[in-house]
Amino acid sequence: MGMHKYQKYRVGVSAILVLCALASPLQAAEEVNIYSARKEDLIKPLLDKFTGTTGIKVNLVTGKEDALLERLKNEGRNSPADLLLTSDAGRLHRAQEAGVLAPVNSAVLNALVPANYRDPQGHWFGLSVRARPIAYVTERVHANELSSYEALADPKWKGRICIRSSDNIYNQSLVASMIAHSDVAATETWAKGLVANFARPPVGGDRDQVLAAAAGQCDVVVINTYYLAAMLNDEDSAQREAAQKLKVFWPNQQDRGAHVNVSGIGVTVAARHRDNAVKLIEFLASDEAQAWYAEVNHEYPIRANIAMSKTLTGFGTFKSDSLGLHQLGQYNAEAVRLMDRAGWK
Amino acid sequence: MNSIPITHQLHSAQHWNLKPGWRTAIVLVALVVAMPILTVFGFLLQPATDVWQHLAHTSLPDYVVNSLLLMLGVGVGTLLLGVSTAWVSATCEFPGRRVFEWALLLPMAMPAYIIAYTYTGLFDFAGPVQSALRELTGWGYGDYWFPNIRSLPGAIIMLSLVLYPYVYLLARAAFLEQSVCVLEVSRTLGATPMHTFLRVALPMARPAIIAGLLLALMETLADYGTVQYFGISTFTTGIFRTWFGLGDAVAAAQLSALLMVFVFVLIMLERWSRRAARYHETGQRKRSLPRHRLTGWRMAVGFALCLTPLLFGFVLPAGQLLVWAMRTAPNVVDASFLRLTLNSLSLAGSAALVTLAVGLFMAYGRRLHGDRTVQFAVRVAGLGYAIPGTVIAVGVMIPFAWLDNALDTWMRAQFGWSSGLLLSGTLIALLFAYMVRFLAVALQTVEAGLGKIRPSMDDAARVLGHSPSQVLKRVHMPILRGSLITAMLLVFVDVLKELPATLVLRPFNFNTLAVRTYELAADERLADAASASLTIVLAGIIPVILLSRSITHARSRHE
Repeated sequence: MGMHKYQKYRVGVSAILVLCALASPLQAAEEVNIYSARKEDLIKPLLDKFTGTTGIKVNLVTGKEDALLERLKNEGRNSPADLLLTSDAGRLHRAQEAGVLAPVNSAVLNALVPANYRDPQGHWFGLSVRARPIAYVTERVHANELSSYEALADPKWKGRICIRSSDNIYNQSLVASMIAHSDVAATETWAKGLVANFARPPVGGDRDQVLAAAAGQCDVVVINTYYLAAMLNDEDSAQREAAQKLKVFWPNQQDRGAHVNVSGIGVTVAARHRDNAVKLIEFLASDEAQAWYAEVNHEYPIRANIAMSKTLTGFGTFKSDSLGLHQLGQYNAEAVRLMDRAGWK
Repeated sequence: MNSIPITHQLHSAQHWNLKPGWRTAIVLVALVVAMPILTVFGFLLQPATDVWQHLAHTSLPDYVVNSLLLMLGVGVGTLLLGVSTAWVSATCEFPGRRVFEWALLLPMAMPAYIIAYTYTGLFDFAGPVQSALRELTGWGYGDYWFPNIRSLPGAIIMLSLVLYPYVYLLARAAFLEQSVCVLEVSRTLGATPMHTFLRVALPMARPAIIAGLLLALMETLADYGTVQYFGISTFTTGIFRTWFGLGDAVAAAQLSALLMVFVFVLIMLERWSRRAARYHETGQRKRSLPRHRLTGWRMAVGFALCLTPLLFGFVLPAGQLLVWAMRTAPNVVDASFLRLTLNSLSLAGSAALVTLAVGLFMAYGRRLHGDRTVQFAVRVAGLGYAIPGTVIAVGVMIPFAWLDNALDTWMRAQFGWSSGLLLSGTLIALLFAYMVRFLAVALQTVEAGLGKIRPSMDDAARVLGHSPSQVLKRVHMPILRGSLITAMLLVFVDVLKELPATLVLRPFNFNTLAVRTYELAADERLADAASASLTIVLAGIIPVILLSRSITHARSRHE
C-alpha cells in the first residue's frame, strides 16, 4: 500500500516537472504582443516573416481601432499590449492624446520613416501610405474636366458623384485635411455643394462606389486606391471589368497635392517587451516589408525606391499632401460635425 | 371544468416565504450581471457635453425616427411571418409540413449582416439581377424603377427574414401546447376557424408571441452591421458615430443608456398591458389537436406561406454564399479553419450553458420571490440584448479592468508583487459578456416555460410535503425541459453569430468564424468571406434541427 502511494507521489512530481519543463521555454521565449486594427490577412504574413528571422513570437489581437484603444486605456499599466497598430493616422493621434503611447527614439526608424509620416516625438510611425484620389468613368468623363476635390462641388457634377458614408474614417480624414488647409466655413460650403451632387445617398464601401460608377449610376467617385487595385486583380471577372472602366485622377496637383493617410504603429506605455516592439517596427519599415505592402495590398510604401505592384505603377506618380498627419486627428471631430450639418449621411 | 385562461387575482398571496439567503443571492447575481449595464448607465451622471446640442440640431431626429420605423417594420414583419407560419404548421396538415416545421427555423442561423451582403450582391444596381435586366431591355441607369435593397424598407425585410424565427419558435410552441378543449369549445360555440384563431388561440399565445417579438425587436435595436451597410442612420449607428467620429465616449454611452431606458419602458408597458392577467390553462386533458387537412387552394396558400420566408430567409442567401464559397474556398479554407470552427463551437457551447444556468436561477427566483426589488433586478439584468455588442463589451471591460488593476495595486503595495490582469483579456471576460448580452434570450424562454406551471401545482406539491427543491426536481423540471433546451440552443446560435464583443474582448491569437467573416467582409471581400459565413450557418443548423426535434418530442409526450 505504502509503496503504491509513494509511486503515485513520484508520478505526480514527475508530471509537475515535465509540465514545468514544457512551460518554461514558453515563458523564456522572446515575444511581443500587438493590438492591430489591420485585419489578420493584411499583417499576419509579415509577422510570420518577422518571427522567422528573429525568433520572436508575435501574439496578435485584431479589432476596430477605437475599441482596441478603449481596451488599452482600461487595461492601463498592466496591459499586455506592447504595440498598437491602426489603419489611419487620426486614431494614432487619438491614442497619443489618451496617453497610451510612449515615445521611441530610434535612429533606424528616423532614417527609414520620412518625417511627415511619423510623430515628431516618436509616439507613432507610419507604415504604409493610403491615397484617396478621384476616379472617373473614362466613357463619360474626360480627365481635363477634373481638377481638385474642391471642384467636385461644382454644379456641373450634379447627380454624378458616388462616395461612401461620412461614418467612414477615410472621408472624415479627407474633410479634416481640407479644414486644416482652409477653415470650417469654407469646407462646410464645399461639403454642401458635394452632397448636392451625390448620385445617391451614400451606401456601401469603396468597392461599391466603383461598381455603381461602372454600372452607370454615377461618373465620378472618391476612393482609396488599394480597393480599385484589388478589384483590378480580383478573380471575379465582374469586379475586374467594372474597375477597368475607371481611371485614377490625382487631384490638387497644382496646389497641396492628393490626400493621403497612413497605417501606422506605436509602442504602448505599458510595453513589457519594448525592445522587441521597436525591432518589429523597424522590420515593418524595412525594404522587405514595404515591398510586401506595395505588392500584396497595393498600398504605397513610405519611401520612394521600393518596388510596387504593376497596378500601382499603372496609377501613375502623384504629388501627395504633405500636411502633418496628426492634424487629421485634431480636426476629426470638427469634420464629422461639419458633415452632419452638410447632410452627408 | 374546461380549460380557459383565468385571471388569478390572488397571485401575490401564493408566494412561499423563501429563506432570505436565496433572495439576497438572486439580487446579488442580478447585480453582477447588470454590472456592465450599470456601468453604461453611470455615464448618465456625467455632465452632458456640447455634442448633445450638435446632435439635437443635426442627426438625432434622424436616429430616433429611423430606429422607430425600423422597429415598427420589423415588428410587423416578424409577427406576420412568425405567427402565420406557426399557426399553419402547428394546426394544419399539408404536403411538406413536417419539413417546414424545422426548416422554418433555419433563417435564424443566418447572421443579419450576411443576408444583407448577399442580397446587395444579388439585387443591387450593379448586381447580376439588374445587370441582366438591363442587358435584356437595353435600359440604362434611370430608365426603369427597381426596388432599392439598400434602404430602410430593405433593412426591414432583411431583419424580418432572419428574426421571425424567434416569434415562430415561441408562438408555435404555445399553439402546440394549447389544450384542444379550449379550441373545441370555441368551435362548438359556433366560431369559424378564423375566429377561433383570432379570439381564442391568439390571445392565449400572446405572452409567448410577445416574448418572441421582444427578442426580435431588441436584436433589431442592437443591430449595427445591417443598417451601417445600408447607410441608414439609426440610434446604434449614431452611438458609434458619436464615439468613433466625434470622439465623445461619454455622449456615446449616454446615448446607449437612453436606448436601454427606452427598451425598459417598452418591456414595462407590455407587462402593464397584461396587468394581473395570467395565462395558465386549468384543464388536465392535453390531447393532441387533430390537424386540419388543407386541400385545394388552401393547401397552396399554406404551402406558399411557409415556403416564402424559408426561400428568402435561407435558401436564396445560402445559395449565393455557396456559389461564392465554391469559387473562393480553395484559397481561404486551410488548416486554421478547423481551429476557427472549434473555437466558435466551444465558445458558443460554454456560453449557452453559463447563460442558461444564470437565466434559470433568476427566472426561477423571480417566480418564487417576485417582490419589487427582485423583479426590477431581473428586468435590468435582461436589458443587455438591446445593446450593441461593442457597448456591452466596453461595459464589461471597464469594471473588469478596474478590478484587476485595483487588486494589482494592492498586491504591489502589500507584497511587492504584481498580479497583472487576471480577468481582462481572458475567455472568462468574453463568456461573461456573452452572458450579459444574451441573458434576455434565456430569461424570456425559461419564463415562457415557467408560465406553463400553474401556481396550483406548486401548492399541491407543497401541501403534499415536498420542499421547494423537490418541487423543482419532481414537478418543474420535467415540464421545463423543452424550454431549457430551447433557451440553450438559442443562446448557442446567437453566440455563434456574435461579432462585436468577440472582436474587442478576445485573448491573443484567438479567432472565431464570425471574426474571420467580418475581417474579410470589412475588406469588401464578400466572396472570400463566404466560406466562413457558410460554416457559421451550417454549425447553426445542427442546433436548429435539434431544437425542432425537441419541440416535436415534447409535444408527442403529451399525446
